[in-house]
Amino acid sequence: MTIPSPVLPGSRMSPSRGFGGPRDRKERLIHAALAFCAGVSALVTILTVLVLFTEAVGFFTRVSVWEFLTETRWTPSFREKHFGILPLLSGSLLVAGVAGIVALPTGLLAAIFLSEHAGTGLRNLLKPLLEVLAGIPTVVYGYFAVTFVTPALRFLFPSAGIFNAASAGIVVGIMILPMVTSLSEDALRAVPRHLRDAAHALGATSTEVSIRVVVPAGASGILASFILALSRALGETMVVSMAAGNSPQMTLNPLESVQTMTAFILQGGLGAMSFGSLEYQTLFAVGMVLFLITMAMNLASQWVLARFRGGRP
Amino acid sequence: MRSGRRVFGSLFRMATTLATFVGVVALLLLLGGVLADGVGSLSGTFFQNFASRFPERAGIRAPLLGTLWLLVLTGLIAIPISVGAAVYLEEYAPRNWATRAIQTNITTLAGMPSIVYGILGLAFFVRALDLGRSVLAGALTLSLLIMPIIVMAAQEAIRAVPHRVREAAYGLGATRWQVVRYQVIPAALPGIITGAILALSRAVGEAAPLIMVGALSFIAFTPETLADPFTALPVQIFNWVSRPQEEFRHLAAAAIIVLLVLLLSMNAVAILIRHRFEDRY
Repeated sequence: MTIPSPVLPGSRMSPSRGFGGPRDRKERLIHAALAFCAGVSALVTILTVLVLFTEAVGFFTRVSVWEFLTETRWTPSFREKHFGILPLLSGSLLVAGVAGIVALPTGLLAAIFLSEHAGTGLRNLLKPLLEVLAGIPTVVYGYFAVTFVTPALRFLFPSAGIFNAASAGIVVGIMILPMVTSLSEDALRAVPRHLRDAAHALGATSTEVSIRVVVPAGASGILASFILALSRALGETMVVSMAAGNSPQMTLNPLESVQTMTAFILQGGLGAMSFGSLEYQTLFAVGMVLFLITMAMNLASQWVLARFRGGRP
Repeated sequence: MRSGRRVFGSLFRMATTLATFVGVVALLLLLGGVLADGVGSLSGTFFQNFASRFPERAGIRAPLLGTLWLLVLTGLIAIPISVGAAVYLEEYAPRNWATRAIQTNITTLAGMPSIVYGILGLAFFVRALDLGRSVLAGALTLSLLIMPIIVMAAQEAIRAVPHRVREAAYGLGATRWQVVRYQVIPAALPGIITGAILALSRAVGEAAPLIMVGALSFIAFTPETLADPFTALPVQIFNWVSRPQEEFRHLAAAAIIVLLVLLLSMNAVAILIRHRFEDRY
């Protein structure tokens, strides 16, 4: 390593001002290059919004916004075309709902176990296993849904279809489980020790300490993890395409096949379509709805988390 | 009264224990099922052959090489830009609203659904930049997908470098870039590499964005240039699972084993690096 000559006092405060020699020019160039790298993320967001918006505008010149939001049929490839987002939206919500029922209580209970009850040894064994679960690719989860969960469901409920929302929802729930568990656990572990000690001193059992002191104190962190996990479930593509099928319909019955927003977009990507056609633009209109919903949820989760970092004891 | 509280307490503890093992049981079922289905199909020809209509002749040569192409290209594109962004945000950026906005934006991008990156790749790389359905378009799309993850990991690694290291270098008259180049980055490197490898393993497992930019599942050649069409292991797995014949399920399981072995070895390297260089300061 070369030791720089000890000139330039105050170089730390004003690296881009000062002597104006070749060394400063280099510093300024590097500064600009690094700033550009940081700016790339902003460019990505701007580009995403721009791309979704321009193609969606093209879509809405052909299909009215009113039809898009209120029509209850989604038949873009039929001769009689209907473009109502509601069946896709309800499909996405049904799958995410099942996933939430599976993952949110289970994840919270597991977080309580890991943070409050498990010894260090058990915790060090379980945490890496959950990390492995979190690192498994979504197509592999899709394979698991199709080859294991769907046959099991059809055995228990003979009326379940080969493609059904329940199978996709259960597996998406397993997929988001590690996320709920580890983020909720972080929130619970951040609760100060003295709150637990005080409750114990008042005679509470360890379960009462968990339920009435620790969980309420970590509530905003838990809520943030729930929102983030549900947003992941709404954005999940491969599992739902493979297990829930491609039948856009408004149903609350999880044993039926549905089509989610993500599965519709993927189906478009699989087919051959020409750029600028109505089919092509439809992808972007649906993509924009998906983008807006998931972004709003991610921002909401960050907002909740910021409050939690700010105030609490 | 008292015993009621105890009973409820032990029931609740049992529930938390059970909930914890749901994930573990699911993991075991998944891995066990994949191994049972797929091991029989792993053979030399499975690695050498291209895709085929006949399951006994089908192999993963094209998707495996495609995945390796994507892995290398995505790393080359995403890592330098992400590390640059992290260095800027931690060492250079003024603490103002613009920096906070960029930070929030990166966190939000990390949660953007991968299929949306796929749409972006289709409209921007494939169409607007006219890269076509090429391996380069695929790698660029995956780069956008994992950049926020690498930036956040690198920021954390840079933040963990103690301030006294910087102060000492500044005290010797180093410029800001010299401090970053010779002190901060070397000290943060293990954390940065670990984060980059974990992000790349996320990229290797992605199927949806690649399908959107036009990865084909039936190609009988491997990419030679950046402009060539391509496929990847997750895309091939998706294709095989979607077929009705039982034999293709076995091929899918065998391809999953290959994919998981690749991912696990990447993770093992990341963990090794993390342990090897832990607590340098």
